[in-house]
Amino acid sequence: MRPPVARRWLATPSFRALLALAFVVVLGCVFNADGAFFHWSTHRDMLRQVSVYGILACGMTLVIISGGIDLSVGSVVGLCAVLFARQTLHQGESAAVALGLVIAAGTAIGLASGTLVARFRVQPFVATLAMMVFARGLAKWISGGQKISQAIQQPDGSFAYEDLPAIFQRIDRRILWGNLSVVTLVFLGCVLVSWVVLAKLRYGRYLYATGGNEEAARLSGVPIARTKLLAYGLSGLFGAVAGICQAAQEQQGDPEAGSTYELTAIAIAVIGGNNLMGGRGGIGLTLLGALTIGYLEKILSINAVGESSRLMLTGAIIVAAVLLQRRGNA
Amino acid sequence: MPARLLALRQIGKLFGSNRVLEGVSLDLNEGEVHILAGENGAGKSTLIKILAGIHTEYEGAIELRGRPVRFAGPRDANRAGISVIHQELSLIDAMSLVDNIHLGRESALHGGLWLDRKGQAGRALELCRQLDLDFTAADLARPVEQFPLSTKNLIEIAKALAFDARILVMDEPTSALSRAEVERLFALVDALKRRGCGILYITHKMDEIYQLADRITVLRDGRWVGTAPAAECPESRLIQWMIGRDLAPQSGPRPDAAGGGTAGRVLEVRGLRVPHPLPGRPPAISDFSIAVNAGEIVGIAGLQGSGGAELFQGLFGAYGAVCGGSVRMDGSPFRPESPARSIRRGLSYLTADRKASGLVPAMSVEHNVTLASLSRVSPGGVLRPGRERAGAARQVEALGIRLASLEQAVGTLSGGNQQKVVLAKWLETLPKVLLLEEPTRGVDIGSKSEIHSLMRQWTSAGMAILLISSELPELLLLSDRILALHRGAVTAEFARGEATPERILAAAMGSAARASEGCA
Repeated sequence: MRPPVARRWLATPSFRALLALAFVVVLGCVFNADGAFFHWSTHRDMLRQVSVYGILACGMTLVIISGGIDLSVGSVVGLCAVLFARQTLHQGESAAVALGLVIAAGTAIGLASGTLVARFRVQPFVATLAMMVFARGLAKWISGGQKISQAIQQPDGSFAYEDLPAIFQRIDRRILWGNLSVVTLVFLGCVLVSWVVLAKLRYGRYLYATGGNEEAARLSGVPIARTKLLAYGLSGLFGAVAGICQAAQEQQGDPEAGSTYELTAIAIAVIGGNNLMGGRGGIGLTLLGALTIGYLEKILSINAVGESSRLMLTGAIIVAAVLLQRRGNA
Repeated sequence: MPARLLALRQIGKLFGSNRVLEGVSLDLNEGEVHILAGENGAGKSTLIKILAGIHTEYEGAIELRGRPVRFAGPRDANRAGISVIHQELSLIDAMSLVDNIHLGRESALHGGLWLDRKGQAGRALELCRQLDLDFTAADLARPVEQFPLSTKNLIEIAKALAFDARILVMDEPTSALSRAEVERLFALVDALKRRGCGILYITHKMDEIYQLADRITVLRDGRWVGTAPAAECPESRLIQWMIGRDLAPQSGPRPDAAGGGTAGRVLEVRGLRVPHPLPGRPPAISDFSIAVNAGEIVGIAGLQGSGGAELFQGLFGAYGAVCGGSVRMDGSPFRPESPARSIRRGLSYLTADRKASGLVPAMSVEHNVTLASLSRVSPGGVLRPGRERAGAARQVEALGIRLASLEQAVGTLSGGNQQKVVLAKWLETLPKVLLLEEPTRGVDIGSKSEIHSLMRQWTSAGMAILLISSELPELLLLSDRILALHRGAVTAEFARGEATPERILAAAMGSAARASEGCA
């Protein structure tokens, strides 16, 4: 006797992630703020707003599948936003050079965490916690603790205004007749890259094996250290991409940018159904998780829920969605 | 008529769409050893997990002394006097021996808040004395990870007894024990019987069955096949019950392999020295030399702690480039450095513990099989699903692995099939030399003889095998010659004709053979 189809479906992680998403969407339909939830612009804006988090969640997913965690990505966003603003606004570097430099910097931070984890066997939580603090400090040092914006203070105390370089506008605009933000496109690109890595490359299999049973993987010839190193490096790279998008959206480099973003990225990965123990999960789950968190935030904001209630509700709804996923898994 | 302690009535269990147990009934009396036998995948482990309160959803009923019970969890079962000693030990490595023994049942002072450390230590010491385990109070405070596997097994039993268990379930308790320890365990089982405990005992070893059993129950494919007093259930009938057919007669002595020349020499080891994995200890292997020809099976006999596992790990490069001495493979020098390098050179290593170091349980059968040979199915780093699937399917077919689909998570297979998946993984690396450590541990009789004939098949195709087995009959059956290992050095070598269990054992115990081994 086979159990009913619904039961078997319920056992697949992607279906359960869909269920959590559906749960939040239903919430949106009920609390639709006088029909605001049914406007296309709401969905478009949701996608735009969740993109930076989603980009971070892609890197986070790779690290989580390898059995680790990366707490430093929020600070990487701040560092890279500052760096990007400084290079383009103050130093007047060309966009291409600045992009390359910033991405290299983010990747370097990730590789540093990775070296601590893979080479020196520091626990991922501790290594990336240290890197989180360090990178935030670096962001403040580079920026002198100030937001780096178009307004540049002159020696005499007055402000001169720089023109905003075109690259900011190019990243923070909509294409397809205003229907799709470029940052959303960047997010989807990151999802695609992560999918190729996880599903199509030998390296992706290494990630799953390392997170699933490190000793068995090692004895099977999997280069454990390199696999972990690269996972954190990629997470840093995605962090840099997110930092650039953040700077473009804010039109400045704020050294405080990205604080607590790492927690949202983890929440996205987890609510999608990626297992924090490692070895299981996928980028599709993370995409569903990003939509779930995105809708959640959007629904609370269109209903003008105050911040204190919003935070409490977000916490409660994350727990509800995760518990909902568990059912049938017992 | 002894009192009935336990009755299982018409137990059934589904995992998803998979029926693993159906209508199994069994009872257990006071002072009885009831053997539960059956091939891997027959449903024994599931039945025990139901009894232990681990699986709480099942069909049928459990009665304790005639009263129906239903356990909400392992703690419930423990309180009711049922203790299970699992195949995979349930000790917490970082915790002390005392704390492990009392885990889940700590005795408390002052209204239940403060741990009664002194009382617990005293009781643990008393318990160990009863079990003839010579631990000092200082030993009891050490974390269990500092003890060898064989000792952990005995600690596990002490833990069960600390629960005042009336019903003891032992799931292959001897698979990691040395002979002396097995004898000690059997004496313990006798003592427990006299105290009126009922013991449900799972084993694959014939001699154990007939040494211990009062009654025997056999399961096959999740169903009850038969129950009989041991005296009325001869070996032939038991085997027939278990596999539903007669075993193919085990083939006689193998014809001599490749001969003594150097032409087919695939592996030559001279003066290998493997440092002990823990710092500050004498080397695990001090001086090991061997020459192996293609098509040969060389058995390595050694008791627990003789260095066999470290020999394989070192040779395979699992410790890194730390070994001394010289190794040649296929005539050219080879330096053990890393598993990846060894695999590329045609050397593969099956570890004794498939759960800890063989399988990636969350991954599918297919991905487990191809894990060690990914470069072949992913030229340029890009996986080719077609090639991968074909390779895995070929191995599954060749090894007769029974599964629902290649995408099935490997953790859901039975022990015998899991072992074959690990073997398939190593075969996919196309090894010239295969290091096998306990290839049939925790594997049912049917799978065991299948693995044996597979090994013969591989060697006749030119592969060389180094075999470690704690079961002497297995070594004698398969090996072309046998080396005895004692404290990291070879003490004797026997050709096929000269090897007898007695001579091997004497050599493996060293020249100044002592009957007992220390347990800590």
